Amino acid sequence: MATSALSTTLSDNGAVVERHWQELNLRRRTYTFLGLALLAVALSGSLWFANATNAGKFFDRLPYFFDFVGDLVPRDGAEIGRAMFDLPSPYDDGSLKYNYPEGRMYLTDSIYVPEYFYKMLETLNIAIFSTIFGMFFGFILCFFAARNLMPNPWVRGLARRVMEILRAFPEVVIAGFFLAILSLGPIPAMIAVSIHTVGALGKLFFEVVENADMKPDEGLRAAGGNWFERVWFGIVPQVLPNFMSYFLLRLEINVRASTIIGAVGGGGIGEPLRLSISQGHEAKTLAIIILLFSTIIAVDQFSAWLRRRLVGDQAFQLAQ
Amino acid sequence: MTAHTMMNTAQMEAIAARHPHLLTGSTSKRIRSILIFAGIGLYMIYSWWFFSIGQVLVNANWGIAGTYLADWVSYEVRPDIKIATDGTMQVVYPRYSPLGPDAKPEWVKIETKMVDRTIDVPAVTQQAAPKKSSSFSFMAPNSAVGGSADTGARTETRTEEVVSRATVNFNSATSIAVADGKVAATHGGETLLIDLEHSNGVTPEGALPEWATQKRPGEKITLAFGMTGWADVDKEKISIHNRFPGWANFIFDTNSPFFNKSFGEVISLVTSGDRIDPSRSNLSLAWNNILYNSEWQHLDVWTKLLQTIVMAFVGTLFASIIAFPLCFLAARNITRNGMLNQVTKRFFDFLRSVDMLIWALFFTRAFGPGPLAGMSAIFFTDTGTLGKLYAEALENIDDKQREGVKSVGAAPLAVQRFGVLPQVLPVFASQALYFWESNTRSATIIGAVGAGGIGLKLWEAMRTNSDWENVCYMVILILIVVFIFDSASNFLRSRLMGQKTH
Repeated sequence: MATSALSTTLSDNGAVVERHWQELNLRRRTYTFLGLALLAVALSGSLWFANATNAGKFFDRLPYFFDFVGDLVPRDGAEIGRAMFDLPSPYDDGSLKYNYPEGRMYLTDSIYVPEYFYKMLETLNIAIFSTIFGMFFGFILCFFAARNLMPNPWVRGLARRVMEILRAFPEVVIAGFFLAILSLGPIPAMIAVSIHTVGALGKLFFEVVENADMKPDEGLRAAGGNWFERVWFGIVPQVLPNFMSYFLLRLEINVRASTIIGAVGGGGIGEPLRLSISQGHEAKTLAIIILLFSTIIAVDQFSAWLRRRLVGDQAFQLAQ
Repeated sequence: MTAHTMMNTAQMEAIAARHPHLLTGSTSKRIRSILIFAGIGLYMIYSWWFFSIGQVLVNANWGIAGTYLADWVSYEVRPDIKIATDGTMQVVYPRYSPLGPDAKPEWVKIETKMVDRTIDVPAVTQQAAPKKSSSFSFMAPNSAVGGSADTGARTETRTEEVVSRATVNFNSATSIAVADGKVAATHGGETLLIDLEHSNGVTPEGALPEWATQKRPGEKITLAFGMTGWADVDKEKISIHNRFPGWANFIFDTNSPFFNKSFGEVISLVTSGDRIDPSRSNLSLAWNNILYNSEWQHLDVWTKLLQTIVMAFVGTLFASIIAFPLCFLAARNITRNGMLNQVTKRFFDFLRSVDMLIWALFFTRAFGPGPLAGMSAIFFTDTGTLGKLYAEALENIDDKQREGVKSVGAAPLAVQRFGVLPQVLPVFASQALYFWESNTRSATIIGAVGAGGIGLKLWEAMRTNSDWENVCYMVILILIVVFIFDSASNFLRSRLMGQKTH
């Protein structure tokens, strides 16, 4: 190696430095190796465990892996359109598979909303409503949790703990609990997503507030402004674009979350999707997937465009 | 810097009068914000109508919500005091009472006496022989006394020990005493006397206090004692619901030989006692009893929780391993091929936009319910998300280091290794850690659709509406896991990224 060739010409100090460097290098390599070995052990253990506790074994089920593609091929291509727009099917035999027109939601005697569009709208509304709700309460909570605005550590700690618990509490449990109290419908999903959103947005918001420029606040304080005026005129104008950006990011996440919660607890597009996949209704499944896929892409694109307008290049950030 | 830049009030007002547009916001801006708020307000009203929220909230069964919430952290013991037609009484515990089969709680005081009773002996072909058990329970007097009877229905007179007076003490201020067809219920300093007659039904003596309700004369009276419990008084049966804080039989269930033993007794049994089951030591028996506790199902809950953790871990790890090489193809400053960039990016978008739910449902069909399905769903979705984030991180790198490495004549692979990787690797690892933690949460939810893990178990426990204490147990475990992973991921990320987290 080049270093060993050079070492003969090194002074005493140089030799010490080189020895340290080699020791450090060795230690670093050992740690890297140990870390990778640990990861490999954890991974193989996890894979074994997952395979052992799964209903079907991985290698037994692998040949059936692409079965789901078969679940997606309808009898003929036009069936997808019929399922999506609730048009009568020529194959209608009275079974649930082809009963598209039965899902129509009539607005007047002749105008109707196709079932899946209505359900998609419901999911979208769950997401928007709960994001606005979460934004509202997260907005109120975040100023009490920010170090630079709330000097009292007890209030601050309380606000942060509340947000942490709201964020970490499993949404399924909230949905299930309210499902037991309220009747079936989208409201339990709405409450679950809203509660989670308050915690998640509150956390992101107070981090933005803690990074805010405090000069406007100082100016207002010098002019004798009270706490509310300092927050409203000093902090809010500079954090609002970031808040809106996080709001939109959360909206993207909530569209997905409300679909999943809907699949478990009723309400929205999630439930018909779960049912049609489990019953093997190809056309219906494909219609719902296309609808869901395009809605998610539309919401994502709209939100990305709006965020770029609001905060410029830093638009894509991680959000919980 | 001071004198001529400072203005007095008159000067400021003069300037304000000369340039009014500087001090008042533009009208379009003000109108826009008002419009946005009005729009949000209208939308909320529309949603209120769309989901008929008001109506649902009014129709909700809020009374039961309190009971369900109380079930999270407390349990009820439900003895019934049954009154036969001849006025004799019996205290009966339900089959799966948390007190076990031979319950004699201190808060139920019973006075017994011997009486001659005429009873109908049911037609049975062979009466069960009296149990050998020496601890004869007088709470089930019909079962053993009287010796063996032969077949055929007939009337028989026997001398039996029956309950003549039963007193249930809920707490120091609340109790119910039953004797001679009369019930005396005391709560909060008030005493209510109730007559039970087979012909007239249930009749209170005097006015009903606030805590007692009766829908129609003669029907049952419900006594609500708040958090300590409640009771239904009917002419043939008084159902007691006595609520105790805590979780019942959390360690040993009622079938275990260690049931109802104090901690010290269990320790001494385990360390020095004779073998209860000759085939194995007491320690292994105790451990087995804990794991297979029929009420709490510790082993099953822990297995499912581990599945959830494994799903998030393997899913995220595989996703970052696959996303890592692909993101180099997607970044336009690394791979100078617009076609390839677009294809890879759209592929990421596709994986991301087909929801985790859809992937979960498909893989559940492919692999059957279990962690493999959830793992694959997380893997597919997060390959998309991580790939997109990685590609964006790559496109934002500092180009100078690459140029430096390139200028000394390094091979293309070495340029990436020494010019690019050192810049992005901490970001990549940090984002993978972040998703690992966040997937631990999502794995709970997709579990509920059948993709393995604790989600399904939670959902099943909630569906019966009677196992809220199990839900609470699992929620606490999930919260602990999430907090541990949250801190671990935060710690590792702050080590990787220096001060800057999030």
